Amino acid sequence: MNKLLKFFVLIVEKLGFSLMNNLSGLGRVIFFCFRFFYWLPKHPFRLKELVSQLYDIGNKSLFIIALSGAFTGMVMAYQTYFGFRLISVDSLVGPVVALSLAKELAPVLSGLIVAGRSGSAMAAQIGSMKVTEQLDALEVMGISSFQYLAVPRIIAASLCLPMLSSIFLFVGNVGSYFVGTKALMIDGTIYFSKLGKWMFVEDIGQGLIKSFFFGFIISVIGTYFGFKVEQGAAGVGKATNQAVVWGMISVLILDYILTSFLVQFMSG
Amino acid sequence: MSSFEEAAVYIKDLTTILGGQTVLNNLSFGIPRNKITTILGFSGAGKSTLLKHILGLLKPTSGSISVLGEDLNDLSEFELKKFRRHFGMLFQYAALFDSLSAYENVAFPLNEFTELNEDEIEEKVYGLLESVGIKVDSFFKLPSELSGGMRKRVGLARALALDPDIMLYDEPTTGLDPITTKMVNDLILNTYKKNVKRGMTSIIISHDVKVTLEISDFVAFLDHGKIVEFLPVEDFVNSQNKLVQEFLAL
Repeated sequence: MNKLLKFFVLIVEKLGFSLMNNLSGLGRVIFFCFRFFYWLPKHPFRLKELVSQLYDIGNKSLFIIALSGAFTGMVMAYQTYFGFRLISVDSLVGPVVALSLAKELAPVLSGLIVAGRSGSAMAAQIGSMKVTEQLDALEVMGISSFQYLAVPRIIAASLCLPMLSSIFLFVGNVGSYFVGTKALMIDGTIYFSKLGKWMFVEDIGQGLIKSFFFGFIISVIGTYFGFKVEQGAAGVGKATNQAVVWGMISVLILDYILTSFLVQFMSG
Repeated sequence: MSSFEEAAVYIKDLTTILGGQTVLNNLSFGIPRNKITTILGFSGAGKSTLLKHILGLLKPTSGSISVLGEDLNDLSEFELKKFRRHFGMLFQYAALFDSLSAYENVAFPLNEFTELNEDEIEEKVYGLLESVGIKVDSFFKLPSELSGGMRKRVGLARALALDPDIMLYDEPTTGLDPITTKMVNDLILNTYKKNVKRGMTSIIISHDVKVTLEISDFVAFLDHGKIVEFLPVEDFVNSQNKLVQEFLAL
């Protein structure tokens, strides 16, 4: 009985410790966000760094985003068609795929791709700069390493994700249209007329708003773990891993929170 | 060095407690202007913490630290950032920005803090890189393409770009072979000689006795957060302090 009680206490202790650890981590990330808003209006505005990050996060993700968008749209068209055919509403494949892409799939999948690609890169870059004293070098020169490294990355990711999500949405719809009209033999005119009837600008707006916040949270987490690196190269690896894991989890959690707000105010 | 006016860095009753541990314990001493002073000590003695205090990167638990007559406790974060432009620092592994070439690394502080145009910056960067012995064909190489010694030279050129009043060297010879060590020593001495007229002070953080004795004017020996000896180098070698004797015998 005594042993059982000890075991129970141990489990509660471990759970409590883990909970406290995660809560304090969340607190530090929130504080990190405040630091971003503190540094955002401060002079000098690092336009060169921002452009370089826009290129890295935006341009270099274009191919993978377009490829993922095309195949997602094509698969969605197939899946929807064979489900809808059972109840004879296969003409609605176009709007259903388009709405799914606009409201959920484009922003969430783009977010997950950017979290894996750019969030990890941010953590690795900043982390390796930290272990090689490059951040200290900036500080000794009187330059805020946060302003120089974190601010342009967070702005760039917040701006890029809505654009990447739009590209995902467009390419996904093109893929769906081709599969729908060429492979599944849905009439092209009907496809477009149904799309026009059921798809609204607000639906696209919902996705874009979500993407903006996904870009923000992914870059905050990526840079946060970069600045947090300790213990040399092993620490950089760990930070990169954490940036991807927590970046992706944050996108999914934030998606739920944003959806629950947006459906009330922007339902098409 | 006890006079506030004579010292480039003046530390008074400085105590620092980090994570419940006393790292610096009621430290008081002054680092003379226009000289080379080495802060010597075993690993974990508090040398790096002291360096961070001199740079204003750490706030003391108690006590004060004045640099060039300015009490760092009185400066705001913004003022401190501006004040740090008085310093140049050569890091242990040079800390060059790995995405920038040697030229861009040296030009970086000039682009950030001066109104010089491109041509003036080019002239200054070429001069600085040549003065530390970098050949023109290496100017546009990335740090990863340079040897350890060359990286140190570029790091020194970058540190000197804004004509600092205080030049800090963090473990400049740690992990280097004897020939590169001699090269770094010569570099420190030459830098000192070239800048002594405009009043530059050099501070070296090291645990390398040989380097210390060869190039320093003054030596401070730090142990467990306390200065146990602070003497001109010629007196330091004859110190009666047991710890110093033990260290010198290593």
